[in-house]
Amino acid sequence: MVFSLDLLINAVVSGILIGGFYAAVTSGVSLSFGILDIVNIAHPAFIILGSYIAYIVNANLGIDPILTSIAMMPAFFVLGSGIYQVYYVSFEKRGQESLRGLAFFFGLLFITEVTLVLYFGVDYRYVEASYIGPSWHFGILDIPMRILVPCLVSLLLTAGLQIFLTRTFVGRAVMAVAQDQLALRLMAVDPIRIKRIAFGVSIATASLAGAFLIIIQPVEPSVGREYIGRIFAICVLGGMGSLPGTVIAAMLLGIVESITATFYGPSWAPAVSFGFLLLTLAVRPAGLLGR
Amino acid sequence: MRTPVFLLVWVAISAVVFAGSVWLGNDYIFFAGYVVLQYVVLGTAWNILGGYCGYVNFGSAAFFALGAYSSVAIYRLVTENDLYGLPLPLLMLIGGLVSGVVGFGMGYLTLRLRGAFFAIATLALAVVLQTLVVNWDYVGGSRGAYIIRPERIEPIGNYIQYLFLLMMALAVGALTIARLIEHSRLGYGFASIRDDELAAEASGVPTLRLKLIATTISGALMGMAGAPFPYYIGYLQPSSTFGLDYAVNSIAMPLIGGTTSWVGPLIGALLLGSLQQIATVTISSAVNLLIVGCLLVIFVVIAPNGIVGLVHTYLQRKPEDFVGRRRVEAEMPGKVP
Repeated sequence: MVFSLDLLINAVVSGILIGGFYAAVTSGVSLSFGILDIVNIAHPAFIILGSYIAYIVNANLGIDPILTSIAMMPAFFVLGSGIYQVYYVSFEKRGQESLRGLAFFFGLLFITEVTLVLYFGVDYRYVEASYIGPSWHFGILDIPMRILVPCLVSLLLTAGLQIFLTRTFVGRAVMAVAQDQLALRLMAVDPIRIKRIAFGVSIATASLAGAFLIIIQPVEPSVGREYIGRIFAICVLGGMGSLPGTVIAAMLLGIVESITATFYGPSWAPAVSFGFLLLTLAVRPAGLLGR
Repeated sequence: MRTPVFLLVWVAISAVVFAGSVWLGNDYIFFAGYVVLQYVVLGTAWNILGGYCGYVNFGSAAFFALGAYSSVAIYRLVTENDLYGLPLPLLMLIGGLVSGVVGFGMGYLTLRLRGAFFAIATLALAVVLQTLVVNWDYVGGSRGAYIIRPERIEPIGNYIQYLFLLMMALAVGALTIARLIEHSRLGYGFASIRDDELAAEASGVPTLRLKLIATTISGALMGMAGAPFPYYIGYLQPSSTFGLDYAVNSIAMPLIGGTTSWVGPLIGALLLGSLQQIATVTISSAVNLLIVGCLLVIFVVIAPNGIVGLVHTYLQRKPEDFVGRRRVEAEMPGKVP
């Protein structure tokens, strides 16, 4: 393999762009796993669900996938709140979240995947939008719009979430519920309601991330599994629930994956995230920007 | 019941089952039975870590596939160099060794942290091992690998009957190990970790060492279950060997049967395994996986202690309770305590 500077620069830039997309995929988990301590391993399944909704609407009505997913966010929010309610009553209240709660989410992941396979088969689905085809050229740089647009919208989403968490009352309550549930109750705030809202928001981001996913690559039901390793690697590396940390970690992983794919072949890329995860867990479990 | 007696009883039951299947004279029973027995081993192995220690392993498929692919690698090595083939029981030991070592290594890296990290790492392990196998041409890469199964083996005769017997022996072994652990210091240590790890640590239980033992035993058993699989299936392909169905089945079976004793995974595996065999033949294989997923969610929400727990609470209700309650109800209508 000849090592060329052009290739390297292009790999780094596309890694940063892909990293922006990874940030959107992970921000939901940073909220649920990082802040609320709910190990929602079914998150990728909701992302794939978002992809398929964007696909159905796009194929039938021709509406832009990102617009569709923004319109669908309230529905995902309600879905998330409902799931949290079930999770709370069945597991968290009984103190069984570590074993049965995990199995519950695993079951959800599995049911979603198999249902999608039964309805749509294992064919790859894709969407059509004006920005999917063209790409920009700056000298040696080559930036495909289909990755740039999700990256920019994703950064907006992450920034919005950060503002929500630090500036609004509910957002601050979410941060507080992670620290001390009892203290929150003493402030006359219902911690379960706050957690329900936060989990709803976390699932709502999956709708948008799903649209990004199907813009960037064709989707079939089991694609989500590749993202489990990535999502949790980024979440842990970013420092569990720190959104700026999530963005930095996502871009770091994006760059390393992109360089691996460019110089060693794309079939090795999935192994990178696992190496990342294990290395982080072994060396610095608190993550980059850990509290 | 003492362990030798327990073992003898199971050997006798196995002998009866095997003789009965031979008497029925249909090879399909052995093919279907092999899969069910394989799930008994996987479920029991999962339960040693999941049920006894409370640590969730989502990577059963990875450990299973490690065993299967170590067999394939050895098969390739032997056929290419014209060596004399290794007997299957030895392959199973090697598969178990490989999976056990990987389980130990991963446990060492992640078990010092909170339980969720271990679960996530096992989930990612399956993806990574699949990546490695897909890129490893020696064992077939993404195209898959063929293994030529001998027609007959002496002195048993039919090869599928030999595979069935091996898996039955492994299942009996796994059940015996699980039961032995349950009633030993090790088992009590595991239970203390499951109930309150911090308190266990504070009372001087060597939690990390115990967890590593559990991960290694569990992983090794899964690898042993996987080692004869290439000989059973004939054509091994990464996407099906690493499939999510092994992971979901080996979790669903103990959780549906009941996680606190060796009986639970056995009941769960026999029940779900047979159900799936029937559903695969009569409906379709995708639908039967959907059934397993739904059953898993329903059971963890509604019956946290599985079938064993349901039976247990049913048996503990005394008849007098009902009589007493009815009397109270008759005296004070609408005021049942």
